[in-house]
Amino acid sequence: MSTTRALDGIDETLAPQGRRERNLIYEWLSTVDHKKIGILYIVYSLIFLLIAGFEAMLMRIQLAVPDNHFVSPQTFNELFTMHGTTMVFFVGMPILFGFGNYLVPLMIGARDMAFPRLNAFSFWISAFAGLLLYFSYFGGSGLYAAGSAPSVGWFAYAPLTAKVFSPGHSTDYWTLAIFLSGIGSIGAAVNFVTTIVCMRCKGMRFGRMPLLVWLYLVTACLVFVAVSPLTAAQIMLTLDRYLGAHFFDTQAGGSAVLWMHFFWIFGHPEVYILVLPAFGFASEIIPVFSRKAIFGYPAMVGATVAIGFISLGVWAHHMFTVGLGPSANTFFVFATMVISVPTGIKIFNWLATIWGGKLIFKTPMLFSIAFLFQFLIGGLTGIMLSVAPFDWQLGNSYFVVAHFHYILVGAILSMIFAAFYYWYPKMTGRMLSETIGKWHFWLFIIGFHLTFDFMHIPGLLGMPRRIYTYEANRGWGTLNMIVSIGAAIQAISILIFAYNLVHSYFKGKAAGHDPWDAWTLEWSTPSPPPDYNFAVEPAVNSRRPLWDLKHPDDPDSDYE
Amino acid sequence: MARHWWVAPCAASFFAGEAFAEYPANIFAPAATPAHSIFDLSMLVLSVTLGIFLTVAGLLTYALIRFRQRPGDSNEEPPQIYGSDQIELSWTVIPILIVVMLFLTTARVILGTQAIPKPKNAMNVTVVGHQFWWEFRYPQYGIVTANELHVPVSTAAHPEPTYLTMTSADVVHSFWVPRLAGKTDVIPDRVNTMWFNPHKPGLYLGQCAQYCGAQHATMLIRVYAQTPAQFMAWVRQQQQPAQQSFPGDPLAAEGEQVFMHNACINCHTIAGTAATGRDGPDLTHLASRQTIASGSIPNTPANLRKWIEDPSAMRPGTLMPAMHLSQHDVDAVAAYLTELR
Ligand code: HEC
Ligand SMILES: [Cu+2]
Ligand SMILES: [Cu+2]
Repeated sequence: MSTTRALDGIDETLAPQGRRERNLIYEWLSTVDHKKIGILYIVYSLIFLLIAGFEAMLMRIQLAVPDNHFVSPQTFNELFTMHGTTMVFFVGMPILFGFGNYLVPLMIGARDMAFPRLNAFSFWISAFAGLLLYFSYFGGSGLYAAGSAPSVGWFAYAPLTAKVFSPGHSTDYWTLAIFLSGIGSIGAAVNFVTTIVCMRCKGMRFGRMPLLVWLYLVTACLVFVAVSPLTAAQIMLTLDRYLGAHFFDTQAGGSAVLWMHFFWIFGHPEVYILVLPAFGFASEIIPVFSRKAIFGYPAMVGATVAIGFISLGVWAHHMFTVGLGPSANTFFVFATMVISVPTGIKIFNWLATIWGGKLIFKTPMLFSIAFLFQFLIGGLTGIMLSVAPFDWQLGNSYFVVAHFHYILVGAILSMIFAAFYYWYPKMTGRMLSETIGKWHFWLFIIGFHLTFDFMHIPGLLGMPRRIYTYEANRGWGTLNMIVSIGAAIQAISILIFAYNLVHSYFKGKAAGHDPWDAWTLEWSTPSPPPDYNFAVEPAVNSRRPLWDLKHPDDPDSDYE
Repeated sequence: MARHWWVAPCAASFFAGEAFAEYPANIFAPAATPAHSIFDLSMLVLSVTLGIFLTVAGLLTYALIRFRQRPGDSNEEPPQIYGSDQIELSWTVIPILIVVMLFLTTARVILGTQAIPKPKNAMNVTVVGHQFWWEFRYPQYGIVTANELHVPVSTAAHPEPTYLTMTSADVVHSFWVPRLAGKTDVIPDRVNTMWFNPHKPGLYLGQCAQYCGAQHATMLIRVYAQTPAQFMAWVRQQQQPAQQSFPGDPLAAEGEQVFMHNACINCHTIAGTAATGRDGPDLTHLASRQTIASGSIPNTPANLRKWIEDPSAMRPGTLMPAMHLSQHDVDAVAAYLTELR
């Protein structure tokens, strides 16, 4: 490709003369480069993924057989609190912010995020929040005693979090960690919105932005609206605990239901904050490996924006059993069901993108296909849960646990893996090993389905979530054993993945600019891209600038 | 009717069939009207979602096989197609129609379960959730008991649905007996209601479904549905004050003294005695119950002794403290409690 080669030439001439002595640690600690910060986010989340995965394994050992005594009740309650909190706030959000940080400026032809220092601040404050949460293991009950982690559950329902029911400081570690992580997330969101609105290169109108960028735009807007109430609620809770406020203190006229509203008005959009970037990955990867333009770009954008708005009005489907009354329940049933329409549009458009293509089953594509099937199933069990009376049975049972893990693991984590295989070459200049990748993929799929397909059934048989053990006569034993075996297989597959990341960094095949023959701007830069990304600000005429370069006789710009 | 959809028989036989006894909390083995209407609705929802799944997954599988790149394919890119208004319109409109249909059916069940007036012949129970046990009060009969809920069966000939009025003394709990009805949260400083009408006598198991602290897992619920005659017999027996003289059992008489002279009375009620505490379960007829500790421990003399000696050894995190009684006193109190039928 002629342009890229031309860019290389410019890179040479602009390379700084006489390099300064480089201090790696100082460089990474003080960096404000969006690519480095992106990688920091990603590495940080991977470490927490291993920790939270380990917690999940301990829980699965405990539940594998009835009446088990592997961990104490208190430890189990701490484990599910830490697992949930970590996965949502210190794995899911930061890993997606990490990819966004890395990719968004490159995809819109910018040299950095709009506010590089705010970017560094957002990362470090979130990172500190994660460490603070885990420091509870040492400091939870005060430094003189052994610590204890919070055990209030990841949605920390009031008044269990009140001083009387949760004495000591472990709950405060939880509250402060969520508060600080919230500040970090809001900072990152400000940055994404400003970057996307203000820093697009010449010719990149809103209607030409890669879908991934659109999805990050909507995600960032949701972070504003959803994370702010949660962050505020942490302040209110702390006032309750230390200054005698009574927001959630039911013994003094406060309201337990108020906390539920605060939490779920965050909690539901949070699901979309996590899943929209995954949709973004899918919307970039599936077309490239189908060798076709995305089908129905305007509808995809419209559906994204619709999901963003509707997701703000469905939170009380987490509260169907609270007794809000028949009218409120009916309203939230409707709002929740409606969201399946734009979501359906997305699935159908991905399907139509595949239709008539020339499919190449490299690892990124394999994970994307798994995503499509698993997201479909997770969406359908979501429809079941939106039927309020059905939810009166299924809510807070293992069916719900299976449902949201289908979305979080089956859809989102699968797409994150796809994104790793797809963009790792850009980030490091090396390909991830395809052979190890296939092992990772198949073990992960087998483990995932053993665990989460079978996990639905104990829910149907009356097993509630968050129980540290169960009696043998309930008939849940065999199913739980299968679930635990699946979890072990998933754990192995994730270790294989970690090995692949390290191994390929040193031994991987060189990637070159554009290993997948792709179409968006990030592939026009070297791998890894130089600090300034683009020596010359790019200019685009269509949604797929590199397609236009590669097919000058048949450019996209003719069709848009 | 939803009941006659073709998947209903398959799913029902898979989950319910032989397995009633094996799965005592199976939501697909409904035994009261609320659970039944949810079951019917769920069969409709399952068939619709299964239909959607088969269609989409089928198309997807077909596309993956049909459009895979084959060895020897040319290097040409396939034709680029950017969209199609008609097709996209169709997969917007059809889902909307499905949503409207599902919504209307759902709304009917919600209104039919939650928005109906309480019949006059209802049997009322007040449920109070505690960390980690259930208090049941029968205002019509002046009875207080714990953890084991006795209700009359309700038949077409003799309808007598049970109405629960629920609140919590501490944190949020949730009352869930899957074969009778869906769950309803039990929330402090708030009153919720629910109802069910078991059609057949039997023991229905359930448990707390909202995480409420250390022993959430063992906060079980046992509902005994009895024929009206049996139920009334149980009511009359529970209405008696506690037994106070133990002619053949001096140890029990001694145990009564120990109980009445210890802090037990600050937390437990034994009707007709000085014990009027309300922090723990009512013990007036403790021996008539099959379990203690919210259904998680069989009510045997040996277990009672162990419990009184050190409750948190049996149930870590329980709110009953160990009272540090001598071995002899423990035996005596246990003997006393065993007499409280
Ligand atoms: C500080 C209040 C308190 C004191 C004092 C107390 N209990 Fe309890 N007791 C409780 C609570 C709370 C429970 C419910 C605990 C649970 O289920 O985890 C309970 C449960 C019980 C039970 C089981 C009841 C059931 O149906 O599950 C028995 C029996 C019992 N207590 C006996 C005694 C005796 C005997 C004493 C005196 C030696 C005593 N308690 C002192 C609070 C107390
Ligand atoms: Cu939700
Ligand atoms: Cu409870």
